[in-house]
Amino acid sequence: MTEDAIRTQVHEFIRKNFLFDDATHVGDDQSLLGSGVVDSTGILELISFLEETCKVKFADSELVADNFDSVNRISAFVMKKQAQPKA
Amino acid sequence: MCGIAGIVNVADRHAPPSAELLTSMVSAIRYRGPDEYGLYRDMRAGLVHARLSLIDLATGQQPLANEDGTLWIVFNGEIFNYVELRQELVACGHRFRTHSDTEVIVHAYEEWGNDCFPKFNGQWALALWDSSAHRLILSRDRIGVRPLYVREHGGRVWFASEAKAIFADPSVPREIDPGGLDQTFTYWTSLAPASLFRGIEELRPGSVRVYSADGTMRETVYWRPSYPVPPGEYPLTLEEATEALSEKLELATRLRVLRADVPVGSYLSGGLDSSLTAWMGRKAKEGIFQTYSIRFEDAEYDETEFQRAMAATIDSSHQELVVRRSDIARVFPDVIRHTERPILRTAPAPLYLLSRLVRDSGIKAVLTGEGADEMLAGYDIFRESEIRQFWSRQPGSTMRPALFSRLYPYLARSPQQAKGMALEFWKQGLDRAGKPGFSHDPRWRTTAQVKRFFTEGLQAEIAARPPEDVLDGLPAEFSRWDSLAQAQYLEVVTLLSGYLISSQGDRMLMAHSVEGRFPFLDADVMEFCNGLPASYKLAGLNEKFILKRVASGHIPDAIIRRQKQPYRAPDAISFVEPGAPAYVAELLSESALRDAGIFDAGAARGLYMKCVARANGAAGNGVYSNADNMSLVGILSTQLVHHHFIRAAGDSSPAPRIEYTTLVDRVPIQQLSGTA
Repeated sequence: MTEDAIRTQVHEFIRKNFLFDDATHVGDDQSLLGSGVVDSTGILELISFLEETCKVKFADSELVADNFDSVNRISAFVMKKQAQPKA
Repeated sequence: MCGIAGIVNVADRHAPPSAELLTSMVSAIRYRGPDEYGLYRDMRAGLVHARLSLIDLATGQQPLANEDGTLWIVFNGEIFNYVELRQELVACGHRFRTHSDTEVIVHAYEEWGNDCFPKFNGQWALALWDSSAHRLILSRDRIGVRPLYVREHGGRVWFASEAKAIFADPSVPREIDPGGLDQTFTYWTSLAPASLFRGIEELRPGSVRVYSADGTMRETVYWRPSYPVPPGEYPLTLEEATEALSEKLELATRLRVLRADVPVGSYLSGGLDSSLTAWMGRKAKEGIFQTYSIRFEDAEYDETEFQRAMAATIDSSHQELVVRRSDIARVFPDVIRHTERPILRTAPAPLYLLSRLVRDSGIKAVLTGEGADEMLAGYDIFRESEIRQFWSRQPGSTMRPALFSRLYPYLARSPQQAKGMALEFWKQGLDRAGKPGFSHDPRWRTTAQVKRFFTEGLQAEIAARPPEDVLDGLPAEFSRWDSLAQAQYLEVVTLLSGYLISSQGDRMLMAHSVEGRFPFLDADVMEFCNGLPASYKLAGLNEKFILKRVASGHIPDAIIRRQKQPYRAPDAISFVEPGAPAYVAELLSESALRDAGIFDAGAARGLYMKCVARANGAAGNGVYSNADNMSLVGILSTQLVHHHFIRAAGDSSPAPRIEYTTLVDRVPIQQLSGTA
């Protein structure tokens, strides 16, 4: 999956599961927790979605806001994970 | 306990209020006082009263007047120190005809004017009509235990215990107030004097409002929560303060049990506060003592074990009510008819059912532990705030936020991902430490997310208004209080006043004609608690430290030592599981959402469908995020408010018949044809 494709998927998931509308636009660098788009349980929904869709597994130590708090951070981190050899 | 309503012409160009209209008004809230009804009317004013007889059953009827019939009162509530005040007034030369607390108010007002209100220790909403000076006086107790709504328009004033009685007048427009709605979805309540309805005000707790014949209105706030900062050390040791608090609480409880001519029971939640209250209530009077508890079919919310342990300790006649999700969904429309405002959790619904059990068992008044968490720092929000303060001094620390695991033990057991993300949540706004509202920022921020569902039009309308923020009206001395006192103040004026003792308190109790009595909201107890040093209330992270010492030896240790469990009930799941009542889908349909025009239909439907899917075996079966829970309950309850109060406009059912026990009509017969 390309980074663009991941971004699109994440945007779509956020729209369908947290925003529920087409009008609100979430910026690629907007903090998801900070702007209240997603709450702490919501982030877990998002992480499960990524693990399923992008076929990656996140280690506990990776589950920090640095990796998940914006669409760009998520896509970059997923790319990095996909590039890693499977353990 | 009662319901009151009335119409007063402050300008004299109006016809006398019509008796039919007054009857419709009192009839709209008759459940608040189904024992007796009363009406007073003269050329300018009409007062009506629905009575729940608790004190002076024989002669306590209302409306009631002074000796010469010039000063009339309708009153909802109790003045618990009326016996002492009466003695004082008798010494001043006042003569009494009844043994009611109501008559004491009338004479106290004659003697002291507006200065009488700070002398009252009680819970009240009242209207005094001075028929010779043509003056209307409205007042509410310190915390706002008893509700009072006011509308002023064109030289006429309407007032009532609940807004629906004002809406009984078909000439009153029915509209949601965007400002009140905006506040509700931040603070869980509108902030008095705003209300959820445009043109209707909620009288501020702790205030007196006077409408005079010259058309002026003056409002005085006689009490606000205050946390004195005395110079030097607090004079009492922990031991002495424990003793003093214990005495004050016992006295407050005794007043609330003995100053009633009917038996008073108690709620038992399974927690410390109601357990101690029930223990003190039990001690106050010989004979059978009734206690009542809510049990939940969902084990997550159930506290049966502790409730039963306490009931056994005081040997009460204990009754339990098991609440299921389906019960919550079933009664929710009635619950909202009574709250008259949106709510973000379903927790009031079980209390609506419990008050019915109380009434059916023949009890009219109950003690509850409400107020203890606010007065003595029981809530997680206080501890959370202290941890966030502590963390903010070294934001890079990983040790400091680890304290959250002590607050929320589930975190320690949670997978790392839940823990990490929870910390991210609390980390938000850490840089605002020391600023007013820091303590409540996470809650307000989370709640405000529901506003994303508002229609664009409503969002624009709200944005165009001057913001009405609780932080704008803080007392001058607020910044001098310690951080705990600041948090307590905000908690009292928002959640306690507008939600816990209103939506979850008075309204749920009065729906079934039951009066709540709250020893922790006694004037002396509050004053004492607010003067305690923070460390007596919250010792480190040990909440209600001093209260646990008061309770020690009286209630089971297991209850004192248990991790505090917030009272909760199943939320979103109640409305979306298979077999949910049809009204849910109807009110959350595209057409109903568009009709109300409050929420974006597409977005609200999207949320609803997501919740339905989760209840029906999709991913994350039955688990809802806090945001989804609050949003669904908030949207559904707002739709119900709209359905009950806005859409119902124009429904003109004929005024039901009311048999008045007290009827004083001073409008001459020839005037009757011309009444409006």
